[in-house]
Amino acid sequence: MLSGIRTFASHFFVLGEPMIYGADVAILLVSFAIVFVLTYFKKWGWLWREWLTTVDHKKIGIMYLIAALLMMFRGGVDALLMRTQLMLPNMHFLRPQHYNEIFTTHGTLMILFVAMPFIFALFNIVVPLQVGARDVAFPYLNAISFWMFFFGAMLLNLSFVIGGSPDAGWSSYPPLAGPEFDKGPGENYYLMSLQISGIGSMATGINFFVTILKMRAPGMTLMRMPLFTWSVFGACVLIIVSFPALTAVLGLLLLDRVAGAHFFTILSGGMPMMFVNLFWIWGHPEVYIVVLPAFGVFSEIVATFSQKRIFGYTSMVASILVITVISYFVWAHHFFTMGAGPGVNSFFAIATMVIAIPTGVKVFNWLFTMYKGRVRITAPMLWTLGFIPNFAIGGATGVLLSVAPSDYQYHNSYFLVAHFHQVLIGGTIYGMISGMYYWWPKIFGFKLTEGPAKLAFWFFNVGFYVTFMPLYVVGLMGMTRRIYTYPSGLGWGPWNLASTIGSYTIGVGFVLICVNILHSVFYGERDTTGDIWNARTLEWSIPSPAPHYNFAVIPTVTHRDEWWAIKEERRSKKEAKQTPLEEIRPIPMPKNSGKPFLFSLCFFLVGFGFTFAWYAFVVVGFAGVITLLIMRSFDYNTETTISVDEIRRSEAAFGRI
Amino acid sequence: MATLEHSLPQGEAKVRQLPMEYSSDEGRLRIFGFWTFLVTDMILFSCLFATYAVLDKHIALGPRPSAIFDVTGFSVETMILLTSSFTSAVATFAMRRREKSTLVVWMIITMLLGAAFIGLEASEFLKDVHAGATMEASAFLSAFFTLVGTHGLHVSFGIIWMTCVVIQILQRGITPITSRKVFITGLYWHFLDVVWVFLFTVVYLIGGMY
Amino acid sequence: MDVTPQTHPEHGLRLPIIGFVLSILLTVAALWVTYHSHLNSAGIVTAILCLAVVQIAVQLFLFMHVLESDDVPWHVLLLGLGLILVVAIVAGSIWIMTFHTEAY
Repeated sequence: MLSGIRTFASHFFVLGEPMIYGADVAILLVSFAIVFVLTYFKKWGWLWREWLTTVDHKKIGIMYLIAALLMMFRGGVDALLMRTQLMLPNMHFLRPQHYNEIFTTHGTLMILFVAMPFIFALFNIVVPLQVGARDVAFPYLNAISFWMFFFGAMLLNLSFVIGGSPDAGWSSYPPLAGPEFDKGPGENYYLMSLQISGIGSMATGINFFVTILKMRAPGMTLMRMPLFTWSVFGACVLIIVSFPALTAVLGLLLLDRVAGAHFFTILSGGMPMMFVNLFWIWGHPEVYIVVLPAFGVFSEIVATFSQKRIFGYTSMVASILVITVISYFVWAHHFFTMGAGPGVNSFFAIATMVIAIPTGVKVFNWLFTMYKGRVRITAPMLWTLGFIPNFAIGGATGVLLSVAPSDYQYHNSYFLVAHFHQVLIGGTIYGMISGMYYWWPKIFGFKLTEGPAKLAFWFFNVGFYVTFMPLYVVGLMGMTRRIYTYPSGLGWGPWNLASTIGSYTIGVGFVLICVNILHSVFYGERDTTGDIWNARTLEWSIPSPAPHYNFAVIPTVTHRDEWWAIKEERRSKKEAKQTPLEEIRPIPMPKNSGKPFLFSLCFFLVGFGFTFAWYAFVVVGFAGVITLLIMRSFDYNTETTISVDEIRRSEAAFGRI
Repeated sequence: MATLEHSLPQGEAKVRQLPMEYSSDEGRLRIFGFWTFLVTDMILFSCLFATYAVLDKHIALGPRPSAIFDVTGFSVETMILLTSSFTSAVATFAMRRREKSTLVVWMIITMLLGAAFIGLEASEFLKDVHAGATMEASAFLSAFFTLVGTHGLHVSFGIIWMTCVVIQILQRGITPITSRKVFITGLYWHFLDVVWVFLFTVVYLIGGMY
Repeated sequence: MDVTPQTHPEHGLRLPIIGFVLSILLTVAALWVTYHSHLNSAGIVTAILCLAVVQIAVQLFLFMHVLESDDVPWHVLLLGLGLILVVAIVAGSIWIMTFHTEAY
């Protein structure tokens, strides 16, 4: 009995690794601290009422933002561990198996649990305010999306201490990730956590697609929509048409692993490359899903801080749409070396090169917007300016990679690694951080202090170049991706050392961003006007932080940069904006609900059950899911109303009446 | 959601000509949202179809497709599902004429036909498994069971969902909310019929040629 | 709610019935083409895929009221894009995956 328990525990918990014991202790301490603080300050009810059951898009956005920053910390620690291991030739800082686990979780976390929640944070916080709506189209579904993401992320992080992390790379190709070569629960964790959070992402895509098309304020025609909203629209179309492919391919690999199917096995007619094919049908659009919103952020910021309207609005919209469609026809460039033949490789190479054209159009439009503008170098603008050269280099190396014959040289080398970090960090992460700085006052009601913000930017940006420029070089010298260590005498050592120094500099930059946030809580400038940047779009016309109902009276839009136009008009007429009292009506709002949280918790049980092949969990989880769906179907009491008095009181508190 | 009473300005005149399920903002948003969901489901199925099309001749040591497909069996399944799609359309028609009991009767007929379809499919699967043609036998069979099984799960889910809607109709009558639910389940059901037509064509007819 | 009962007074049940008859006829035609026609296999595949595409149209227009909308029918545009991408996924996968790899 006792030995049975011991055997079980030694498989169930990850043992024999000092770093993981450290993590176990840290997790326990943090959990105890959270429970203690919540109990001591009697905050459990607050947590449940205000956050766990909320359907308010602004609060859901804040939760996405916190989750993204936490996961970025964990993914960043993984990156530093890897860079430490590769610092010098013949290092044995990490064991090979541990190294494999770390590069796998680093990639998975950064794409799915950092980039995705970060863009969703901005979708949630900004889009309803920009289009003049009171919430998204389906607030209840929005809460489900968040909790599905959250429990998916928890499942992946659990693998670290229970059962073992996935170790077949973030793209998890079979047969390496298949049942013959990867028997442990790690890969199952990967499959289930991506599956669960992927369903949430798909729901977000549908939600914002409908919100943007159907819920714009009267008068806001498509061509009056702010560019961030346009870019979210493009990203949502891509989510709608590409995430189902991820759902399908993860499902098929899971069937291979738990049901003995032969989709991607070597034996019985399976075809491992079919996984690669389906994976990138999702995977390539995915990189555009995360980068398009960043383009949108830059468009807003460049216009605001150049104090000029955006140059070439129509061509910006056109390029978003062209990127949206073409990015669906390039997926095979991730496996040119499979040798599918000249026809296939030529087609996908040319399609890939074509994408550079609309992207180039956007870069020129940003530059022309700044040209002859009165440019203010604030923190968000600084990140935007940092992005442009970054993305130009990343884009140019991308075009090099798209040349199919030469890709045989670059494929899976550090040249590729440097390229995709340059576009994903330089594009998405710079974009999201700059968006965070830009909309922070709208979310929390105070500005992040400029001094620490600029210091953080310079550490991050310099560190970025020191990290990734050497990696292009070692890539061309032949260093391949995912190797655990390398011998001396190849000339790779100095470049890798430089890269490691750079990565720690980025780490300092990240810490400074966190310090910046804490510092600003106490010393940040308070936003009393609601329009702290002298900006152009509707979200700046309401108080900061936005009231629960967003707009006391829904505006009627007559211009592209509506808020700028209103300010111009006021300047000429010299009258202050007042909420028209007589137009305030009672506002029906969706009721909070605990079901999305419980629904996703049930999915977590399903995921955990599949991971360890404990099918009782799967059955209980699915039973819970179906029960909650039926309960929701029969629930007709889902709305509450905010009275006119309440709206007047809160508008008066903001000094708007 | 009535939160959005300001939205949808363009179509006010048009809305008045539309049936009851479009009468609230919530109804319009959900119907549109459901169409969007159907597109995601369409892409999901297309990936499974692609897998089947790539793997359908990878029979390894297992049986060929033509050896396990029973023409009468899948033809009957097809006819039943096509008929249920028709009865579902008649149910929507009855709903729009505000004929509650007719609506309920046609919905129940639709669900029974769906259940008959699932029963036939389950017996087909059982027969295959008893003959040794399991998911483990070959890539072709993995693709076959996954594609057809995913469709079967969708149909089963549709039956549970329609049951909930029928109960709500009986409790509340035909209201803007219940009519929207009937219309959306109808869309789902017709969509599954379209998917089945392709299963019939690609899996059974084209696959069965090998 | 003072919404009057809505239907298609001009054709009543005619559309669904036409749709039903068409869908059955198309299925029978597909079976006939596959098992009793004298086409070669490429001809059969082309013919029955065309019949299936007609079935989509039958379901969409006669059963699903696809053109009903309060606004610009965005769902029709999205469905169009979806159909193009479905073809891209299936045809693209076959094109990519079957080049010189058919070793069974």
